[in-house]
Amino acid sequence: MNIRDSIRERLGDKIKDWKETSSRRIYLSVDCADIREIVGFFFTELEMRFATASGVDTPRGLEILYHFSFDRTGEIYTLRVLLKDKKHPEIDSITPLFKGAEWIEREMWELLGINFKGHPNLKRLLLAEDWPEGEYPLRRQNEP
Amino acid sequence: MNFKLKALTKSLWVFHVSNGSCNNCDIEILDCITPRFDIERFGMQLVGSVRHADVLLIAGAMNRKAVPRMKKIYQQAPKPCLVVACGICACSQHMFRDSYNVTEPLDKILPVDVYIPGCPPKPEAIIAGIVKAIKKVRKAK
Amino acid sequence: MSHRVIVPIGPYHPLQEEPEFFQLYVEGEKVVDIDIVIGYNHRGIEKLAEAKHFDQVAFLVERICGICSSSHPYAYVLAVEDILGGEARVVPERALYIRTIIDELQRLHSHLLWLGLAGHFIGYNTVWMWAWKYREPVLDCFEMVTGNRNSYAMFKVGGVRRDLEEEDIPMLKKAMDELLPAVDMFRGAVMDDPVIRSRLKNIGILTKEQAIDWCVVGPTARASGVNIDVRRDEPYGVFNRLSWNVILQKEGDVFAKTVARILELYESISIIRQCLDKIPNGEIDADIKDVPAGEGIGRVEAPRGECFHYVKTDGSNRPVRHKIRAPSFMNVASNKVGAVGGTISDAAITLAAVDPCYCCTERLAVIDKPTDKKVMNGWDLIRLSQEKTNQLKEELKDTLK
Repeated sequence: MNIRDSIRERLGDKIKDWKETSSRRIYLSVDCADIREIVGFFFTELEMRFATASGVDTPRGLEILYHFSFDRTGEIYTLRVLLKDKKHPEIDSITPLFKGAEWIEREMWELLGINFKGHPNLKRLLLAEDWPEGEYPLRRQNEP
Repeated sequence: MNFKLKALTKSLWVFHVSNGSCNNCDIEILDCITPRFDIERFGMQLVGSVRHADVLLIAGAMNRKAVPRMKKIYQQAPKPCLVVACGICACSQHMFRDSYNVTEPLDKILPVDVYIPGCPPKPEAIIAGIVKAIKKVRKAK
Repeated sequence: MSHRVIVPIGPYHPLQEEPEFFQLYVEGEKVVDIDIVIGYNHRGIEKLAEAKHFDQVAFLVERICGICSSSHPYAYVLAVEDILGGEARVVPERALYIRTIIDELQRLHSHLLWLGLAGHFIGYNTVWMWAWKYREPVLDCFEMVTGNRNSYAMFKVGGVRRDLEEEDIPMLKKAMDELLPAVDMFRGAVMDDPVIRSRLKNIGILTKEQAIDWCVVGPTARASGVNIDVRRDEPYGVFNRLSWNVILQKEGDVFAKTVARILELYESISIIRQCLDKIPNGEIDADIKDVPAGEGIGRVEAPRGECFHYVKTDGSNRPVRHKIRAPSFMNVASNKVGAVGGTISDAAITLAAVDPCYCCTERLAVIDKPTDKKVMNGWDLIRLSQEKTNQLKEELKDTLK
């Protein structure tokens, strides 16, 4: 069974949207609540490599993209979640699944203000100690 | 003339500091020690501790986290000490001046004696800059 | 009674060019824990990129890191070209070859740089001087082709900025021919030297499982047997039209990482030679005027590993979001397992073996646990490392006779 069929079969209607912008770029929209299960499936069963995660401040909410690389074919599968509550955005941390996610979640926490529940070491990574609390550089403060 | 300053210009010990830099300048500074440029034949060498430094060679835009440490280093350097801003980031912060994590240009924080622009400045330019610093010190007597 | 000592490496050490702070917690001679504090190089480039138009961003990202100076702009333009339909569809042939040549020349200079620093850390200053001496002709090639030794400004969306002149090609070929015997010399000097072998073997081991758990990339991963290389997995440039090998090692120790990098030098020289033979005539720039709304991902195999850029656009002439993930972001974090369990005299070379490029990632304190006091600095650590090599030389002297 090829990998796309495996994903469709295993995740079923947990995938809210499936978009392919090219033969090697696949974007899947999922719910925040399912993230740990799906990431576990990608990392452990499909043996994908976690490349990175990126957070964006959009008018609809804070969007996090988890980028996974399937090195056998060179494809990148990106999981998209939307955190609608901008005042207290939070999502389960994926660091308990593999250590490679620790630093990027810390970075998203300090630059975007997203709380990662269950992260073993959520403290400042890049910003100075005297950087004011509650100021998130990557948020769009003054835009509508 | 001031005996200390005269002695200073004979064989300079350089302490290199990198603050919020992309590292290009740092590599070019290290290149000065390598066989092609070899500043050690002039008695100049890179030292491991700021307390031995005659020249503070500073590269990089002033990053918020690094500014307090930069000030501490300057205080620890024995005076008289020449401050050389190496690379355009140290001179004027270059394209990073609007960033949220970058503060003021170096010369608002420390007194700078010589500016070496370039991105990165070639080793020839760095040597020329240090020579200018030496001439400035000698002329000041 | 355990006696933990703090050895800080950084934030300012002349030979670890970039500032970062490694706090090593040691008990006696052994490293039991490590705390990595970065952020001394964080300049907010992702935020700055949102305020620049697409052409300007290429100049901005070039200055993320000076050593892998062409990887970041290459990954960025690949991300934008991903939105436009993919590099192979958008970029003219000749530009693909020029991009590949620049990428591999950069790998040569970066690995030689690392070899020199590693040599210094273990006390072989001659290796340092010779590696950097042979790096100079590579920088001369850059200067001849691009105009600068270190920041090339070659990449733009849709092609390259400068063409390779006809008269440059014989000079590049000559530089590669002259570099080959030098690499042979390094290979002999490093891989066949019994002192270096016993100095670097079995230290800083990262097992294959740990490499996968920490998601490391590049030679750090390949030295542990993880078979990944973006040039083969998702080819860009003309890598899928040339014949070259992915270098894999199994042991995951510092020696394996060193061998992986030296053998990659041979592959890079071969790739450049093939490109110089096959490069066709033609345009170098597709003259892209507009970028439609969308999102794209571009990645290249930088000397340190996979360099990943994500760009989101909305049809205007600026990116809405630009996410940059440099290879060292994953590799440096893995020092948590790589350096722990070793001795202080091995700490300097173990931390350097992942080829950290902190400015890519956003920079040694040895801490005494019971007293929580700092006892040594980075300069001391390097001195310890060099002393261990001298000790080994003495021990092996009789067997070498």
